[in-house]
Amino acid sequence: MLNYILRRLVYAAIMIVLVSFVSFVIIKLPPGDFLTQKVEQLRARGDRSAEARIEDYRIRYGLDRPFIEQYVGWVTKFVQGDFGESFEYERPVKDLLGERLTMTVILALATLIFTWAIAIPLGVYSAVKQYSIGDQIISVFSFIGLGMPGFLLALLILYFAITVLNQEATGLFSQQYVDAPWSIGRVLDLLNHLWIPAIVSAVTGTGGLIRIMRGNLLETLGQPFIEAARARGLANRTVIWKHAVRMAINPLIVILGSEAIPSIITGNALVSIVLNLPTIGPLFVESLRKLDMYMAGTCIVFFTLLLLIGNLLADLVLAWVDPRIRLE
Amino acid sequence: MTANELLVQIQNLRVEFDVRAGIVKAVDGVTFDIYRGQTLGVIGESGCGKSITARAILQMVPKPGKITAGQVLYHRRAKGSTQTDVINISKLDPDGQLIREIRGGEIGMIFQEPMSSLTPVYNAGSHINEAVSLHRLMPLRKVGDQMAETIRAHRKVTKEESRQIAIEMLRRVGIPKPEQRVDSYPHQLSGGQRQRVMIAIALSCQPVMLIADEPTTALDVSIEAQILDIMREMQRNENMAIMFITHNLGVIAEMAKEIVVMYMGKQVERASTVDIFYDPKHPYTRALLQSIPKVGRKTGTRLASIEGMVPDPFNLPTGCVFHPRCPSFMPGKCDKIAPTWKQLVGDHWVSCLLYEEV
Ligand SMILES: Nc1ncnc2c1ncn2[C@@H]1O[C@H](COP(=O)(O)OP(=O)(O)O)[C@@H](O)[C@H]1O
Ligand SMILES: [Mg+2]
Repeated sequence: MLNYILRRLVYAAIMIVLVSFVSFVIIKLPPGDFLTQKVEQLRARGDRSAEARIEDYRIRYGLDRPFIEQYVGWVTKFVQGDFGESFEYERPVKDLLGERLTMTVILALATLIFTWAIAIPLGVYSAVKQYSIGDQIISVFSFIGLGMPGFLLALLILYFAITVLNQEATGLFSQQYVDAPWSIGRVLDLLNHLWIPAIVSAVTGTGGLIRIMRGNLLETLGQPFIEAARARGLANRTVIWKHAVRMAINPLIVILGSEAIPSIITGNALVSIVLNLPTIGPLFVESLRKLDMYMAGTCIVFFTLLLLIGNLLADLVLAWVDPRIRLE
Repeated sequence: MTANELLVQIQNLRVEFDVRAGIVKAVDGVTFDIYRGQTLGVIGESGCGKSITARAILQMVPKPGKITAGQVLYHRRAKGSTQTDVINISKLDPDGQLIREIRGGEIGMIFQEPMSSLTPVYNAGSHINEAVSLHRLMPLRKVGDQMAETIRAHRKVTKEESRQIAIEMLRRVGIPKPEQRVDSYPHQLSGGQRQRVMIAIALSCQPVMLIADEPTTALDVSIEAQILDIMREMQRNENMAIMFITHNLGVIAEMAKEIVVMYMGKQVERASTVDIFYDPKHPYTRALLQSIPKVGRKTGTRLASIEGMVPDPFNLPTGCVFHPRCPSFMPGKCDKIAPTWKQLVGDHWVSCLLYEEV
């Protein structure tokens, strides 16, 4: 088991190096770089010294050196906690990311908890009461959830909050807490704001998860070991929860690692833009548009890191709950 | 076989499945008795309703199946007592207290698919423990109290006792190193070992009856012989009745004292094993017997196919359902009149127009 974890960690490290390298290449791929844009901007503003200063920038950001050297230099500093400087803001990426990393993780976790807390009970109900009215209502809503893009739902909720509730639904903090240090009040304020984006991002994932849970459980309920458990004299409730749900949930953990976490992170980016949330997502999209190399690279590395950690955790949970994997 | 030894009576049992394509009469008027300590064999081609009959005894007919007529009576008797209560199992709530006490506690069951009859995430010991902690009670003994009446009081088994019972049961069904195997997960056991664990689970609560639904169909011939030996030995020690379902005539000859032959949900013949083998009356039974390869091989002979096709369950033949495949088909009779269940001599029953005056 320990061996397995170590092997996974080594793979994760290799993965991060590869991803950061490839993303670096891709960012450099389009014609022109950040500086060409910057010069255009300065010129448009009527700044005559632009051409003269471009060399300064080139040296300051290391753009004069060969590609590999740029990459290695960035990676070396990255490991030491210096993520480079944003061209756009002319400030260290680290300062700009600031709390956004924490917020991204918190939002992802909240989404995950909402998704599972809604999807598992509804999926179980749907399967156990197959073809009942309840099952059909749940099915309709899960298909709506599946089909509705998260950002559209976010817009609808935004509209609803402003027109009906007469309340701001954007952001993760009230005005007075935005830049305040952490305190009980700030945490409560965060929780008070968090549920809207969490529900928005959860709805899309929930629909799919309900369908998967329902399907898995129906298949498991048809297995011989369910009939055997019943023939042992167990109550229906015990058969369903201790044997059927316990088995039907294992494939969901695999999905959690391979699909749910990535889609939560990408889905959150869109929702974050619409709801103006301080997560990495909006920053990342902007940095790509502006060819803000170090910023984009840092965001990608952190996304990858989140995905890999999520994957590893999912695998560990799976090994923990399934002896067939644990004892391999 | 005295009435006193009656254990389970199945009376005119009918089970129907209402599916989209129509209604399947999975069990269509079956009547037989099971006696304490004896083995009844049930034989017939795949799909003839054997498993559904067995499920009906435990009131666990799968959806969308329904018992539409008839009943299952269970003559319940407390251990050591001679007094019997008759329980109509078909009237019980399928998830009620009483039927759950009977399932596993008084009537155990083992299945055709040993590979998937154990929940993969629980080890052998937990499966046995599940049954034992539900059903098995320990006498409450008070030190120095000699009165027999006080032993009536019972308590549940403790965890440690339950583990000891599990190990002991695994040892009795012939699993090597049971102290270690008790912690093994299903995927670490072979098919034969899994079926042994299933038997250990079923017998851990000392049931009065075991339903064995094709317990060796999925196993090798050599393993099959061992499993049958274990079942016979257990039966001898515990005076347990067995309802043994199979489509293997060789196996049933070794196990059963009386045999019921089923075809398309109906019982077509019932007699002692000797009579079924040496004096079969129904053409279907004869065809079954003829399909056994003769020379010397007793175990492992599977039913070779009988001429003709099994009819479409939604489009049953008129008259006798077997007539399209019957070598003794009497035109104008068998395709018009449904045969009735008739006693020929002694305990030999048959449902065939050859033995009716019409
Ligand atoms: N879950 C089910 N849904 C619909 N029909 C079923 C179901 N289970 C059994 N049947 C019907 O009942 C008949 C008898 O089944 P079964 O008792 O399992 O046969 P066997 O004699 O092979 O054990 C089958 O031919 C099938 O048509
Ligand atoms: Mg069967």
